[in-house]
Amino acid sequence: MGAVSGITARGLGVRYDGRVALAGVDLTVAAGEWAALVGPNGAGKTSLLRALAGTVPCTGAVAVGGAARRGMPRRRWARLVATVVQQPVLPGAMTAAEYVLLGRTPHLGYLAAEGPGDVAAALGALERLDAGALATRPLGSLSGGERQRVVLARALAQETEVLLLDEPTASLDIGHEQQVLDLVEGLRRERGIAVVSALHDLTLAAQYADRLVLLDGGRVVAEGPAEAVLTPEAMLRFSGARVALLRGPGGEMVVAPRRAVGGEQEAIGG
Amino acid sequence: MTGPRALRRLSLPAVAVAVVLLLGALLAGVLVGAVGMSARGVLAEVADHLPFVSIESGLGDREAAIVWDLRLPRVVLAALVGATLAAAGAAYQGVFRNPLADPYLLGVAAGAGLGATVGIVTAGPAAAVVPAAAFAGALAAVILTYALGGAAGGGRSGTTLVLAGVSVAAFFTAAQTFLQQRHADTVREVYSWILGRLSTVGWAEVGLLAPYAAVSLLVLLLHRRLLDVLAVGEEEAGTLGVSAARVRLVVVAAATLGTAAAVAVSGLVGFVGIVVPHAVRLLAGSSYRVILPLSILGGAAFLVLADLGARTLVSPAEVPLGVITAFVGAPFFAVVLRSGRRGWGP
Repeated sequence: MGAVSGITARGLGVRYDGRVALAGVDLTVAAGEWAALVGPNGAGKTSLLRALAGTVPCTGAVAVGGAARRGMPRRRWARLVATVVQQPVLPGAMTAAEYVLLGRTPHLGYLAAEGPGDVAAALGALERLDAGALATRPLGSLSGGERQRVVLARALAQETEVLLLDEPTASLDIGHEQQVLDLVEGLRRERGIAVVSALHDLTLAAQYADRLVLLDGGRVVAEGPAEAVLTPEAMLRFSGARVALLRGPGGEMVVAPRRAVGGEQEAIGG
Repeated sequence: MTGPRALRRLSLPAVAVAVVLLLGALLAGVLVGAVGMSARGVLAEVADHLPFVSIESGLGDREAAIVWDLRLPRVVLAALVGATLAAAGAAYQGVFRNPLADPYLLGVAAGAGLGATVGIVTAGPAAAVVPAAAFAGALAAVILTYALGGAAGGGRSGTTLVLAGVSVAAFFTAAQTFLQQRHADTVREVYSWILGRLSTVGWAEVGLLAPYAAVSLLVLLLHRRLLDVLAVGEEEAGTLGVSAARVRLVVVAAATLGTAAAVAVSGLVGFVGIVVPHAVRLLAGSSYRVILPLSILGGAAFLVLADLGARTLVSPAEVPLGVITAFVGAPFFAVVLRSGRRGWGP
C-alpha cells in the first residue's frame, strides 16, 4: 500500500427522482481515522456512502489524497475506496475464496485473469479476518458472523486506502457485532485505512469511532466527539429519542435509551 | 494450501469428459442415418477431405455425397447451433442474474419469426433471403429492446430491459400473426420454421453461421470472469470498478449476434439455452469460467444427438428439432426446479 491519505468530500448532493437525499455535505476523514455516520432512518447515511463510493450520481467533489473522483475511471477509484454495502449479495454456491478473490477485480485489466499474487492476496485477507478455514465453504452455508467476516475480507483484498461500511453489524448478535468492529479497528490501526461507517447502534458508534457525524434531512447537523454530538437534546430533536449519556466502568460511553415518564411524551409529539 | 481446492476452476477431467461426449456425438451423427454404410467407409470418406490426406473410402459417388454433402454439414451445423445457443443462454443467465433467462429473452425469437415470415411470404419458403430476413429481424428486435429500455429510464437495469423485451416481443409476434393471417397458404412453412429444423442444409449454412458463432463464442468466453463479478449485483459490481451496464451491453450484443445467426439457419430451437447451462451448473459448479466452456461443448453434443433423434426416430420422416429438445428439456427443467439449491436465491 502506498502513502495513505484519507478521503475528502465537498458539497456533496444526491437526488433520487428529484427528491433531495443529500444536500451540501462536507466530510474529511484522515488516514487511520474512523468516522461514524449516525442519524435517523432516511437522514442520508447510505446516500452519503454511495456518493463517496461513486455508485450514485452526485454533485460536489470527492477525492482520496490528491486524486479526484471526477473524471477518474471507476476501476481506478475502486483501487482507492472499498465498500461493504448494507445487504451484500452472496451467491450461495460460490466459495468464500472465490468471493474474496472478486475483491481483486479493480486490480485486473478488463479481460485479464487473476494471477498467483491475487490469489495470495485473497487468501491472506481471509486469514487476516480469522476466516482462513472458511475458504472452501460455499457462501450459502455460512452463519451471519462468518458471512460478515468474508465480506470484510473481500473489501480488504481490494487493498484500498478508504473503507466504507454501511451498517456492517446489522443482523449480527452483540458478540459478533463486537468481533466485526474489533477487526475493523485492527485494520485501520495496522494499515492506516480511513474508515467511514454508518452505525445505528449509538453506543458502538461512540465507542469505536474517533468522530461522529450526525445527519438529518441530508445535511450534517453535528460533528465531533461522541459526547458533543450525542447530547440528549440533539437525540430528541433529530431522532425523536430519549437517551441518557452514561459512562461505563472503563470510562467508555454508553448511550442508554430512557422510557417516557410524565409529560415527556408530549415533547416528542412536537 | 487451500487455494486450488477453494477456487473451483475448470478441471481437466471435466473438459475431457465433455470433449469425449462431443466426439462421441459427432461420430454417432456421421455414422447413423437412413442409408446404411460401413463405419470404415464413412470415416475414410471424411478423412479423405482433410488437407494432405488421401484415402480411398470404397463408397460409391452417391454414398460419398450423402456423407460429405448431407450428413457431415448437418452434424457440424447442429454442433455450431447447439454451442452458440448454450453459450448465449448461460451468458444471459449471468448478466440478468435470472435462471430462466434464455437467448430469446430480449425478443430475438419474435424478431426472427417476423423476419422469416416476411421472407417466406414475399419470396417463398426456399428463398435464400429467408435466413437473412430472420437475422435482420432478430437484431432489429434486440436493438429496439435496448432503445426502449434506455428510454424508459432506470438506466437500462436488467429488469427494465427484460420488460422492454416482453413488449417488443409481443409487438413483433402480433405483426407476425397478422401477416400469417393475410397469407394463410404460408402458415405451414412458417410453422415448420418456428419449430426448428436442420433438414435443408449443405455446407452453405455452416458458412453462414460459422463467422458469427466464432465471434460470439470468443467474446462470451473472454467475459467469463466478469460474469462472475456480476453475480454480486449491479451496485457491488460498481464498487469493484465494473460497470454492469457496459458488460451487459457487450455480452448481450455478442450473444445476440450468435443467436440471430443460429436462428437464421436453424429456426427456433428452444430449451438448449436453458437445459445445457443448468446441467453444467448442477454437475460442475456455478462459476462462469466452468459454465461457459462446458456449455459450449455440451450444447454442441446435445444438439447433435437431438438432431440424430430428429432424423432417425420416425425415419424417413423427420421430427421437428424443437420438439425433441423441448421433449428432453421440459422434464429436465422440472428436475432443475426441484433441486434449486444451487444458490440462485439471495
